[in-house]
Amino acid sequence: MSIPVDPVPAIEALAPRAEAEALGIAETPAQQLWRTFRKDRLAMVGLYVLLGLVIVALLGNLLTGWWVVFDPTTVRLPDKLMPPLSVPSAALASELRPPFGSYPFGTDELGRNVFARMLQGSFVSLSVGVVAVGISLSIGVTIGGLAGFYGQRKLGPVSIDTLLMRFTDVALCFPTFFLILTVVALLPPSIYNIMIVIGITSWMSIARFVRAEFLALREQDFVTAAKALGLPEWRIIFRHMIPNAMAPVLVSSTINVAHAILTESALSFLGFGVRPPYATWGNILADGRSYIFDAPWLFLIPGGAILVVVLAFNLVGEGLRDALNPKLRKRAR
Amino acid sequence: MAEGSELLSIRNLHVDFETDAGLVPAVRGVDLSIAPGETVALVGESGSGKSVTAMSVMRLIEGRISAGSIHFQGRDLSRLPEPELRQIRGGQVGMIFQEPMTSLNPVFTVGQQIEEVLTLHQQLSASAARAQTLELLERVGIPSPERRRVQYPHELSGGMKQRVMIAMAIACRPRLLIADEPTTALDVTIQAQIMELLRSLKREFGMAVLLITHDLGVVAHFAERVLVMYAGKIVEQGSVRDVFKRAAHPYTQALLGALPDPLKPALRLSAIPGRVPSPTMLPAGCAFCARCAHAFEPCPTAPPALFEVSAGHRAACFLRDPRLTFVPTLR
Repeated sequence: MSIPVDPVPAIEALAPRAEAEALGIAETPAQQLWRTFRKDRLAMVGLYVLLGLVIVALLGNLLTGWWVVFDPTTVRLPDKLMPPLSVPSAALASELRPPFGSYPFGTDELGRNVFARMLQGSFVSLSVGVVAVGISLSIGVTIGGLAGFYGQRKLGPVSIDTLLMRFTDVALCFPTFFLILTVVALLPPSIYNIMIVIGITSWMSIARFVRAEFLALREQDFVTAAKALGLPEWRIIFRHMIPNAMAPVLVSSTINVAHAILTESALSFLGFGVRPPYATWGNILADGRSYIFDAPWLFLIPGGAILVVVLAFNLVGEGLRDALNPKLRKRAR
Repeated sequence: MAEGSELLSIRNLHVDFETDAGLVPAVRGVDLSIAPGETVALVGESGSGKSVTAMSVMRLIEGRISAGSIHFQGRDLSRLPEPELRQIRGGQVGMIFQEPMTSLNPVFTVGQQIEEVLTLHQQLSASAARAQTLELLERVGIPSPERRRVQYPHELSGGMKQRVMIAMAIACRPRLLIADEPTTALDVTIQAQIMELLRSLKREFGMAVLLITHDLGVVAHFAERVLVMYAGKIVEQGSVRDVFKRAAHPYTQALLGALPDPLKPALRLSAIPGRVPSPTMLPAGCAFCARCAHAFEPCPTAPPALFEVSAGHRAACFLRDPRLTFVPTLR
């Protein structure tokens, strides 16, 4: 009597799918982040809103720039202060008739198409947010990284860390908004000045995050190991440390974009922002202020848009924070 | 050993750390030499300065080398400019660390990290680096290297990670491998495999190994010579056989005595009474005298030199002073 023997060894019978599962499927950190992020419904809603905004802003910039009837500066005096979704009056010259034969968001006190103005404004808001945060990121990462990596070195009687971080503290002490207001009032009103000014007044939190991360990373074994393998210092900083320090910076940057958009809107609202013929959400809101009871859509639409976009950025930021927190992350199963 | 035939020669090394409490001496005059292809073990308790000694060979310490020289193939590493030192780090001297869990960068794949070293030191093309990475992974005993190459460190076990670290350290065929407690964080069966791997790599590449450990079992199986460190100084050195069979320094004797003997199970494990003196409050004489069962008059006041016990076997203890004419009372 013979014992039946399974011709396939057990290990091979498992391969390859079961084995891959047992070992954990190869997954990049980005994939892992996306998998966790996707589970956060609110953050996903925020992400969709932002994606929509990007499309609208890019499309809007094309339409308002190239298509005459979409021109946000076209004045149609017969059609002033019309509510949303109203049809243009018959008195309007045919070349001035708005696209789609209606005003989706109504018209303002000069009969300008609010929809076209909102489109133009969305591009301003988004680009100010992104560029300003880009500037603050580069300043913040540089200062925080220098303080974290070279902090122990002395520069005369004080260490580099003391020098840079006390400078950061000083920068934090400024009442930022009034500083921006003053600078913008002195400089010629231009969207680029606003981006730069917001950028150089909002890098402090990023610098602090990066410094804290770098201080922790410096002591990590893999940084010592990278040194022991003869990697040059710049390579250790840029290739090995910065990617590991980006998690809190990413979260903070997302929320900073929302902040920059709010600041820009507030500046435009106060008349210190982008020059008036050019529409931004802030100056549409400012114009609508005088007609708050007669034409409430003039402040409800830009105000609502600011609210939704800022909320979306904050939700995405919160979602990223959770997804990047290893304690909340669950393993792939 | 003839002068000049050594691969690594450390002379009178002093390393200090600047702290709020003042200058703390971590290494106080260490002499160490390694011949090509030789395996030397540096043993001692935590805080004895063995890791600092090893790290200062590659100048990877925060502390300051206040005196002494570290000659590697005739060049003084302690004074070499940084760019030239980088050529040696990872190129001619490889290093593996205690904690494989944290010694790999979590955001890059295993392959990317090995390939980075290869492209940096050997200027290999991407495809050549890739091929060599697979070869290296295979060589250090990682099964299915194609799949492992694209995995991230968190997907590997501790033993696997240590194998990857070894692959990175030997990628450029170093003449010297510094292994700083390579098996401390691993469990015993993996320890044996890793040490066996190191032994076969050493034979294959003819590299010298400086093994830092507090595991005397590993020393006995792996090393040819052993140096025992205590409070920043070498207290005994010699061949593994001499030091283990005829330990001359009371500290080495106590260390060996503290090893549990599986054949004679004791109710209590024996330990060395007292504790390592704080490096800020070292006695003028022998640092071990407060814990030593054999201490006599000269011990607390004068530091003992390394006295010859037999050929190549030396101990820093007045009991071994040839001028000693009486036998002090031993307890």
